[in-house]
Amino acid sequence: MTVSILLFLPIVAAVITALLKNGIAKHAALFFSVAQLVIALIFLSKFVPDASTQFVIDVPWISSYGIYFSAGIDGISMVLVLLTTVLVPLIILTTYQHQYKNEGAFYGLILFMQAGMLVVFTALDGFLFYVGWEAALIPIYFICALWGGENRIRITIKFFIYTFAGSLFMLVGIIYLYLQSPDKTFDIHNFYKMTLDVKHQSWVFWAFFLAFAIKMPLFPFHTWQPDTYTEAPSGGTMMLSGIMLKMGIYGVIRWMIPNAPLGFFHFQALAMILGVIGVVYASIIAFKQKDGKRLVAYSSIAHVGLIAAGIFAWNIAGVQGAMIQMLNHGINVVGMFFIWDIISRRLNTREIDQLGGIAKVAPRFAIGFLIILLGTVGLPLTNGFIGEFLLLKGVFDFSVQHYVNLVLAIIAGLTIIFGAVYMLRMYKNVMQGETNPLTATFADVSGTEKFTLCLICVLVIALGIYPQPILHISEAAVTQLVNQIGSKFTM
Amino acid sequence: MNTIIIISVLPIVLLYLGLYKAQKALLPVTVIGLLAALACAICQWTAKDTAAPIYTGMLLFNNFSVVFSSVTIVSTILILLLSKGYFERISRHTAEYYAIILFSLAGIIVMVSFNNLVMLFIGIEIMSVSLYILAGIKKSDFASNEAALKYFLMGAFSTGFLLFGMALLYGSSGSFNMDAIREYVVNHPHIDPMFYTGIALLIVGLCFKVGAAPFHFWTPDVYEGAPTLITAFMSTVVKTAGFAAFLRLFSACFQPLSDFWTPILLVITIITLFIGNITALYQQSFKRMLAFSSISHAGYLLFAIVSLGAASGNSVFVYATAYSIASIIAFGGLILVQQQGGSDNFESFNGLGKRNPFLAFVLTVAMLSLAGIPLTAGFIGKFFMFSGAVSRYHIGLVIIAVINAIISIFYYFRVIIAMYFRADERAELTVPVYYKVVFALSALATILIGVYPDLIARFI
Repeated sequence: MTVSILLFLPIVAAVITALLKNGIAKHAALFFSVAQLVIALIFLSKFVPDASTQFVIDVPWISSYGIYFSAGIDGISMVLVLLTTVLVPLIILTTYQHQYKNEGAFYGLILFMQAGMLVVFTALDGFLFYVGWEAALIPIYFICALWGGENRIRITIKFFIYTFAGSLFMLVGIIYLYLQSPDKTFDIHNFYKMTLDVKHQSWVFWAFFLAFAIKMPLFPFHTWQPDTYTEAPSGGTMMLSGIMLKMGIYGVIRWMIPNAPLGFFHFQALAMILGVIGVVYASIIAFKQKDGKRLVAYSSIAHVGLIAAGIFAWNIAGVQGAMIQMLNHGINVVGMFFIWDIISRRLNTREIDQLGGIAKVAPRFAIGFLIILLGTVGLPLTNGFIGEFLLLKGVFDFSVQHYVNLVLAIIAGLTIIFGAVYMLRMYKNVMQGETNPLTATFADVSGTEKFTLCLICVLVIALGIYPQPILHISEAAVTQLVNQIGSKFTM
Repeated sequence: MNTIIIISVLPIVLLYLGLYKAQKALLPVTVIGLLAALACAICQWTAKDTAAPIYTGMLLFNNFSVVFSSVTIVSTILILLLSKGYFERISRHTAEYYAIILFSLAGIIVMVSFNNLVMLFIGIEIMSVSLYILAGIKKSDFASNEAALKYFLMGAFSTGFLLFGMALLYGSSGSFNMDAIREYVVNHPHIDPMFYTGIALLIVGLCFKVGAAPFHFWTPDVYEGAPTLITAFMSTVVKTAGFAAFLRLFSACFQPLSDFWTPILLVITIITLFIGNITALYQQSFKRMLAFSSISHAGYLLFAIVSLGAASGNSVFVYATAYSIASIIAFGGLILVQQQGGSDNFESFNGLGKRNPFLAFVLTVAMLSLAGIPLTAGFIGKFFMFSGAVSRYHIGLVIIAVINAIISIFYYFRVIIAMYFRADERAELTVPVYYKVVFALSALATILIGVYPDLIARFI
């Protein structure tokens, strides 16, 4: 049993779904994505959580260039495969209330995007990784541009060009690594074994860093993100923020740091600083936002900044924190965008100032909102806590090792407070206080909405109380990777 | 060798068919003849590439020739299939058009299989003279006449450079034969300055033929003025042949002297990329945009010659194939849009996603391929080109190419944006059967090559 079934099923599903009529397409998409989840769970049940790569497929692809269709799952990939396969059906469920024109195409593109992202998360060949990376970009461009808001055309082309630019530099980096590799293949394990000098590694580092920093996005490469998140249809926003940005984070862990460790350590402090600046900067802007969806978009930049800082600390706590936080951030941010989707669908506005008192008329909705919100701010016993805790521990460990970066660690620590401030303020303004004529008619959630919201809340609490299984999946792989690169550094 | 013979005899048959008013038989006979020529070419392919020169060393039909003959013949067939009903609308002398296009193709086959500079010159001239006529084939159309005259004057001028360059090479090496020239280059420690001058003049002449800046000035006007199908022929088949000849000459004869000509071509490549892309950005006409984008693609194709190596032939082949099939879709789409009431502006494509989803889809595939997005053939072409350049440590060049690839997104996506995101109340658009077949085949080939390039990438 190889990972190929996981990679090809969504493509087949995408083609079938794209040909279906309105009304059937969404059910078909849900069916396929749940089937995909079941397959992923079967993989999980057979997965041995050691550092090895399992379910490997390795067949020649482009013979003259030493390119193989080579993919497999190790602990790090497993978490992200889970993230993708759990979130896609969830996202499809959240869009159930929407009536998209040309529904088949919409869901077909979502499934195709899923295929691209799964390729990224499992690829063991540089060329395959790049192809998956771009294959995920094309569908989301069309999703945003076809079903997005008013300014979608200008904003999505900016988004596309930004990310495409970054990834082309990454392609040059990958080709460079390929040409330096002793047996001229794109195999990642060959890349790992190479020992280039600091100067060349620095170039490789920047080539990868640009692509990943734009995708995440890290400050100062984030300018495409708030506009795109705001203009995209809610399903697209969730795909982008829930799963796609993790491609960038995963890329840093798997491709950037191990392939250019000396280059990375050369610029480690700078990368950390960018991550922390992103946290503070995005939090301050989020505080001033009037549009709820935009606020969540900025909060996402802040969270990603912390995840990035944790990875750049490059110790086991930091990277493990990043792993679990990727999963939890995905769930929480999808929940948050779902909340705002419900509000804007009912009231046709996302202006926080115009809302208030919704908790009075919609208690079930209020509870769901609160649970997701607490998960997002990282309250203990919700899923956000363990990730943020580990990430901060990683950053502090790093600063203790290096003695000078303590300020950085403390500033990063402030994020938990920042996040709580703007999130709780948003909750207060939207849900509490007196109802106004607009919000008085707010109908409470029911049917699919209630079911989806419940599902998200269960995940938030379950992963908050008992995160150990998830941590266990990636532990061995992360430990090995971190130690391997750390030993290179001390040489 | 039967390929050249078939393609030379075929136009004469067609002229007779025209004489006896057998208009209906023209297209089938042409296509069958070309398929026969294609089959003959493919039969010449040998696993170890052991072909020997023929006709007293004048031609060498090796794997390189087989591959490039095949791609030019296939592209010509696709373009001729699109011409069903097209030439009849322009004039009554349909047989002549088919015949002239095939004469041009005969020249092209010579260009990709020459083993002697004289044959290269003859091939280029047979091709060019046919093209001068084709560009001006709309006799009563002002733009078409202008295109033909401009093309002829500039073309004759560049032929002068080409011939002068060859004469200088002959003067210093004593032979037109490529093997003899190679021997001269390898065995003489002190190469005659005259020889270098000859190379420089050849570069000028060949860059003119392939439309590389700063010798590109004829391209936009000629491409715009000529009938759209002829433009398609010029920018795909002719360009492929030009690069094949360019590459064949340089890899066979001048490789040891790369220190001399690489800097010249590097500068030309960079100028070509920027001029093509930045000018394309400002065009309002789809046809003119394609003309300028063809200049920028010439820039990418020059990568293979700048980073000359064993893989260059393969890179040019894959890139030219990808570019040709995508361009054929683009020009075919343009013809349909123009025929059904549109101009050649971007606005004519508005709302095509609704007016004809199939056409919009294949055009999207073509645009993505031209822009070099993965899972299309265009990406594989760009990937091969970039790999070649990085392997020769032209990292700066690759970064410039990356910047240009990003610029090109703007104008290729303009078409996609117009088709899907801009509304238009025009009537639905019908696609004739022949067009459907060509579009479906081309789009399928684009995706197949993009997913599994080994289909075509292992023949040189």
